[in-house]
Amino acid sequence: MALAKRIIPCLDVDNGRVVKGVQFVDIRDAGDPVEVARRYDAQGADELVFLDITASHEGRDTIVHVVEQVSSEIFIPLTVGGGIRAVDDVGRMLKAGADKVGINTAAIIDPDLVRRAADKYGAQCIVVAVDARCVSAEGELPRWQIYTHGGRKETGIDVIDWVQRMEQYGAGEILLTSMDRDGTKDGFDLELTRSVSDSVGIPVIASGGVGSLPHLVDGVTRGHADAVLAASIFHYGEYSVGEAKQFMAAAGIEVRL
Amino acid sequence: MNSVAVIDYGMGNLRSVSKALEHVSPDASVRVTNDPKVIAESDRVVFPGVGALPEAMAELKRLSLDKLIIDLVKEKPFLGICLGMQALFDSGEENGGCDALGILPGTVNHFGQNRADKRGHRLKVPHMGWSMLDLKQDHPMWHGVAPGSRFYFVHSYFVVAEQADTIAGVCDYGGEFCAAVAAPNIFAVQFHPEKSQALGLRILDNFMQWNGQ
Repeated sequence: MALAKRIIPCLDVDNGRVVKGVQFVDIRDAGDPVEVARRYDAQGADELVFLDITASHEGRDTIVHVVEQVSSEIFIPLTVGGGIRAVDDVGRMLKAGADKVGINTAAIIDPDLVRRAADKYGAQCIVVAVDARCVSAEGELPRWQIYTHGGRKETGIDVIDWVQRMEQYGAGEILLTSMDRDGTKDGFDLELTRSVSDSVGIPVIASGGVGSLPHLVDGVTRGHADAVLAASIFHYGEYSVGEAKQFMAAAGIEVRL
Repeated sequence: MNSVAVIDYGMGNLRSVSKALEHVSPDASVRVTNDPKVIAESDRVVFPGVGALPEAMAELKRLSLDKLIIDLVKEKPFLGICLGMQALFDSGEENGGCDALGILPGTVNHFGQNRADKRGHRLKVPHMGWSMLDLKQDHPMWHGVAPGSRFYFVHSYFVVAEQADTIAGVCDYGGEFCAAVAAPNIFAVQFHPEKSQALGLRILDNFMQWNGQ
């Protein structure tokens, strides 16, 4: 028996509140990050990802308090992303209690930020988040490029080149989101996931498109993902994390039960 | 009152460690500190850390904590976590190599880029996530921990302990490696009890009650 594949619920946080409709019927305040985190912890989540989508500059510090509160009560790994622009931002999140910090757009603007952050805090806490879209025409060998601004703005950067470069710079993990699949419930882009996972020596978290439990299994068995991230299937109570793990275990995947 | 010092030498997330200790021992005094006096006064000491061993050793020397640690493990219960376990050994091969505290004989080696499981699948480095622990000793720190329980690991280097009788637990990642060591007053783990949910808290609770033997 070896390392378990991880199941990671992802929460969007705006001005310190969980948004995008987490709907646990029996939770008093579904907008409270601590209550939601506690619920997923009880269900057996292997890690949690908090994505700060606060737009206003003034609201930026709210995520720090969220991380402080959650890390005081929930003793599983916590990744925080969104709005990380400088090495100091990484330090602030780690000090608040985050274990890993996700860097996305800032790495595109200044790739060396990843190197500086990894040098200072260690590769293990630097997650490079990648938003990818397929850009090849039908019949061509598949190619994917990095997009920013929620998948709207193309960068012209090839995804495979990018993740390999980020690994060299000291990224400890890749959080890979298919912008083609995000929100579709059609399942992960398995070809993308497999291409990325097989081209780097660091762990890859698959994200974007999960609509059912077989999708999680496919992400691991066919996508070669080291971890699978999902939001809506857990938030809306369609499945608990525990049910997802049981399903994966029944499919022969090693999970922490 | 039971008191514990969490050694702060600038390496990693100490808040989780201190909060987890407060969680299991609400009546204890938990202090995150690099003050040698506070560390010397505490009943027990936790030595956490993530990151690179050479930087950690440089910080310990700069803060004059290296000799303090060598002395205090002779006197009181001491828990090393992750980098805090690795630093107890003789030397590491990270970034060109460095000497460590030399309290326990052994080295700290890299997993390497060509690690594979039994079926030949390449294994990712860092070893990141929940792996099973095989217990090698009956030890007060393992109270309530069933063999084969999973703990959260995140590391690219691992300890090669010279004295087999100090190995308290092993884990498999393309081959067996030492995941926990035990010696008088010393217990050290490669995984993160403060991030390993209920079972991790159990180990911290055990530590808060351990007499070091």
